[in-house]
Amino acid sequence: MTDLAFSLDQVRYTPDHTLILADVSLDVSHGHWIGILGPNGAGKSTLLRIMAGVLPASSGIILFEGQALEQWSTRERAKQLAFLPQRTDLSFPFRVREVVAMGRTPYLERWQNESEADERIVEQTMALTEISRLADRNVLTLSGGEFQQVMLARALAQQPTFLLLDEPTTGLDLRHQFEVVDVLTTLVQQGVTIITVLHDLNMAASACASVVLLKSGRVYAAGPPQDILTVEAIRAVYGVDVALGENPETGALQIIPLRATRPTG
Amino acid sequence: MGRVSSSSKSLPLSPESAVVWNKSWLIPVFGVLLVVSIAIATALGAVTIPLHTTTRLLTYGLFQLPIDGDERTLATIVYLIRLPRVLAAALVGASLALAGTMMQGLFRNPLADAGLIGVSSGGALGGALAISSGFAVGSSFLLPCATFAGALISAFGVYLFAARQGGTSLTNLLLVGIAMNAIWGSLTTLVLSLAQDYEISRQIFFWLMGGLDGRGWAHVQMVFPFVVIGFVPAFFLSRDLNVLLLGEETAMSLGINVEYAKRLLLVFASLLAGAAVAIAGTIGFVGLVVPHMMRLILGPNHRLLLPGATLGGAIFLVWCDLFARMVIPSEELQLGVITAVVGAPLFLHLLLRQDKTQRNSA
Repeated sequence: MTDLAFSLDQVRYTPDHTLILADVSLDVSHGHWIGILGPNGAGKSTLLRIMAGVLPASSGIILFEGQALEQWSTRERAKQLAFLPQRTDLSFPFRVREVVAMGRTPYLERWQNESEADERIVEQTMALTEISRLADRNVLTLSGGEFQQVMLARALAQQPTFLLLDEPTTGLDLRHQFEVVDVLTTLVQQGVTIITVLHDLNMAASACASVVLLKSGRVYAAGPPQDILTVEAIRAVYGVDVALGENPETGALQIIPLRATRPTG
Repeated sequence: MGRVSSSSKSLPLSPESAVVWNKSWLIPVFGVLLVVSIAIATALGAVTIPLHTTTRLLTYGLFQLPIDGDERTLATIVYLIRLPRVLAAALVGASLALAGTMMQGLFRNPLADAGLIGVSSGGALGGALAISSGFAVGSSFLLPCATFAGALISAFGVYLFAARQGGTSLTNLLLVGIAMNAIWGSLTTLVLSLAQDYEISRQIFFWLMGGLDGRGWAHVQMVFPFVVIGFVPAFFLSRDLNVLLLGEETAMSLGINVEYAKRLLLVFASLLAGAAVAIAGTIGFVGLVVPHMMRLILGPNHRLLLPGATLGGAIFLVWCDLFARMVIPSEELQLGVITAVVGAPLFLHLLLRQDKTQRNSA
């Protein structure tokens, strides 16, 4: 076992000669929450999907737990690593508990039914993500935010050691955003490695141990948020002037957007 | 190293927490309904034979027991004319409904149908060519062979075009299906318009409308292996189908071999749909309506839905065919017309109701 969860070397993604990701090299160690940040179209989701193994990179080396990602059997990988895409289109009237139970797929043989242990895990995951009251609802009748929580529960029911989430809090109200962050923070404390694509810089600053700032498919900077999220970097990457402050209660870095400007650098 | 695990206090399991199986008792009920439907459909016809006589004659036929002289005529009607036709209806219905269910899962759209990827219309073109060229005159087997070949070629073509760059994008697949349908459909019209003989174009036209007129044991024997071959992977892939509904990337991240599953689903759904077209021509709405109804009764989980739709499709088509035979005493209606007349309004009703429930609760 190496001490690196992920090690990316010169990873490129260039479908049809369009440069989406260029030479991304990145090391992710165990038990941290890493935030992938950057403006729209910077390649955040692409990077996450490549790391989740659901999108093959055009070139480069991706080591997951010291072993080339593509050498993992999809099933063994699924027991270690859960992936939550930005959005899921489901047009069939499954009940919430059925969808959450799909997280147990990698543990079940084709002919096997969910065991009582699986059902208990489903119940507990729903309790953890506070969706137990929705358990028997038709997923098609849920609000967007509720559905997003169900999908998070589905990923957690996989009991992963690595959790790759694409904007897990987008579409949630403030309270539910806090709940999700609390759940994820607890998981990190238990040793789970979490990588999330985030839009909310303040959330990244307070929750993530380190952030990766992407700009036009390249890593602009990576490291602890207080070192990376500088006025200059945010102006260069997002094209926004910000003021930096401190959260009066937690002491975390606080980013106050001021005005749009031209990206520099 | 840590791993996501919930608090160790174990919650009590509610009876509803069983994830799927609380409706599984309905499957044997559908099985019984199918057997009853087959018996009733065999008893009814131009000559109505009492149900107990039919059942007795069927049992005798099944065990090849000797039959009294004065019952021989009835036995011939029951065993050689009606039963194979009813069984053909059941098999065609089961194939169309199962193929439809698989396609809807594959395309993640409850309105998708095996006909969508052009398999049915490809089969129809094969059949039309066989009839107009006189190829189908030789033996009753040749028409089914031609339609089956057309369906397979069409499915192969769809796959070839849609699966180009490593993976099969579902949007691609649907668009290629639309193109295929347009091509096969216009070629069939061309074949129909080029047929010199009025009798031949009438024959093609009738076959295209769909029906089971004069289908015998030969046809049942022809379609039976395909249904069995199509069945097995369907049940084997029910969990893959469920998870595929969450999207291909999510399915992949859950350990499903997505490309493999998609290919198998495509091939076996094509086999089933092609075999159905071969026997009965193009019969619409079975592959669309039956899975819909079954989803309303059994829910969307494919572990129940696949067997449910198979049995439901068989029951549906047995009754539709009985209606086609019985509604006008001396005439026979085309089965495709019946399924369309029954299916289209029902389908619209289901669609509107689903739309309403979705909007109300949104």
